[in-house]
Amino acid sequence: MEKAILGDNQFFAVSHLSDEKSRAQSIRFKDDASIISVLDQSIDLGIKTFMCTTHDRIANICDHIRQNQTKYQDFKIYPCMPYAHKYANAVTELGIVGTIKQYVPGNIFGTFAKGGMAVLNKDFMKLMEIFIDAEMKMFKNIETPVIFIQNVLVDMILGLKMYDILAEYDAYIRKKYNAEPGYITMNLPMLYDALDSKGIKNPIICASINKIGFRMSGGKEINEKYLQEKEFRPMAMQVLASGALQPKEAIEYLGQFPKIESVLFGASSKSHIQETKELIESNL
Amino acid sequence: MTKLKGAIIGLGKMGLSHTAIIGAHPKVDLVAVCDTSSLVLDAFKKFSQVKTYSDYQKMIEAEALDFVFIATPTKYHYPMVKYALERGVNVFCEKPFTLNSKQGKELVELAASKNLVNQVGFHNQFIGTFRELKRLLQQNVIGELFHFSGEAYGPVVTKEKGVTWRSNPEEGGGCLYDYASHVINLIQEVIGQTDKIIGSVVKSIYSNGVEDAVYSLIKLKGGLTGTLLVNWSDETYRKMSTSLTVQGKKGKIICDATEIKIFLKEPSVLQNLDKGWTIKYITDLAIPVDFYLRGEEYSAQVEYFVDCVENKKAGQYNTFEQALLTDLTIGMIIENSKKN
Repeated sequence: MEKAILGDNQFFAVSHLSDEKSRAQSIRFKDDASIISVLDQSIDLGIKTFMCTTHDRIANICDHIRQNQTKYQDFKIYPCMPYAHKYANAVTELGIVGTIKQYVPGNIFGTFAKGGMAVLNKDFMKLMEIFIDAEMKMFKNIETPVIFIQNVLVDMILGLKMYDILAEYDAYIRKKYNAEPGYITMNLPMLYDALDSKGIKNPIICASINKIGFRMSGGKEINEKYLQEKEFRPMAMQVLASGALQPKEAIEYLGQFPKIESVLFGASSKSHIQETKELIESNL
Repeated sequence: MTKLKGAIIGLGKMGLSHTAIIGAHPKVDLVAVCDTSSLVLDAFKKFSQVKTYSDYQKMIEAEALDFVFIATPTKYHYPMVKYALERGVNVFCEKPFTLNSKQGKELVELAASKNLVNQVGFHNQFIGTFRELKRLLQQNVIGELFHFSGEAYGPVVTKEKGVTWRSNPEEGGGCLYDYASHVINLIQEVIGQTDKIIGSVVKSIYSNGVEDAVYSLIKLKGGLTGTLLVNWSDETYRKMSTSLTVQGKKGKIICDATEIKIFLKEPSVLQNLDKGWTIKYITDLAIPVDFYLRGEEYSAQVEYFVDCVENKKAGQYNTFEQALLTDLTIGMIIENSKKN
């Protein structure tokens, strides 16, 4: 993995700090062209990996990438699935079965459809595969060497202690997509232990890692211990603690953990992207 | 250490979220779950160790529980909460509490007579920014209050709907019982209790039979007036966004789940606040938790409930009694809106 990886929160009005900032972002990135222009700027600066949720608008960005293959020939995407709010709003509205019905391709209650069979037979693994394939469709012909599951789902599975689902996900991503599975979590130590218990070695784990311990569940100390002692490939996110920290001190803090391979960051201006990239590369 | 034995009834979105948080709690042994969907129960049978039930009464009879979480549709809260309390089980119930205040009152009394811990899932009470707002108001930082506004917007129903499970207004399927109940509860606990509803309109925008928006003018005990503005058909919001604005003679505070913005006409030395704007962020105010899922507040409310059960102490946050007051305000808004 590259050291500096550009994320997509800023494009989709995700600010953990301010609803007002969210709205400003939503206005600035109204057009896909404005997103593409930030991607192009970061490519010019040498950033080749974009990590993004399976948001509807990413499909348009993927179309653009496919239409300009020469320009984006070294460009990689790390998809993160699912885009949770899409499903969360649907569950409030339609219930769990209703949501499955809405999002599984084809009519699930038509017995001959692949999804219909999976629901009728309660074949949960088949159902998971169908969902993954549906989310991955937009990335066709684009390099996706690492495929992540979002923290809401990872942490839900963790709490429910349904670790076999993680193992099945891991196997399917390797087999079907020839990619490395990745895990986003807010509960790093607990996730590491769960994956380890299922024999998943040296996993890629993207977690909140920052100097003030923001969203480092269980406390900063145990998270730091795992970063020092356990065998896994950490990707740091929320390194600025949603803006509570200045970039320099925030990224210097990461320098003490040699295992950290990458930093996921969000930025919208060229100078900001450049500054962050340089800080990451000089400290990691 | 003997762990507390817990169970869940209702495995929808909130039920699953509670199940995961309880499952991760080091002092709790999640022994059983209950739902009517065989698809969901089969997933638990296949992937987890907990026992599954489709009949909550059988589960409560069989499992010798310390506590139960009830996250079923609101119309089922009354019989389920009652059944659990009568058998000495501490109860966490999802919001809103009940659809009928007479039933709500009966449950408040029953929980008190049995001396059981009782809590309702108004999770905003566990968000650090709203706690800070309450503290600042108690310190009288912005002086005598003259107006408040409680608002919530989000994109739940953004297209025309046919008839769904939500269509029956008697079952609380609209935004008043869902989105607005959170705001009403926040106003009640952070600013003050409702005295009367001066005027209200409820509107169906896309839904069939139930409201998508609620606009009310409310008078609190003590005379302060303010507005309740709620719309869950607003897709300019990515997710539910809840805020309180309070205006006083000495300043104004705007508070949501991520930040609290304080404007003072004169500095407050005691509170270390400047003249003009001061902004405090959730990064400094969040309640630290051991397990995170969707927001600190969801874990914090569960940790608080478990702590009350473990130490056999009465809760201060989101008791049935407080939730009943919220239900009563909802009832007043419905009554008032019928006049308009």
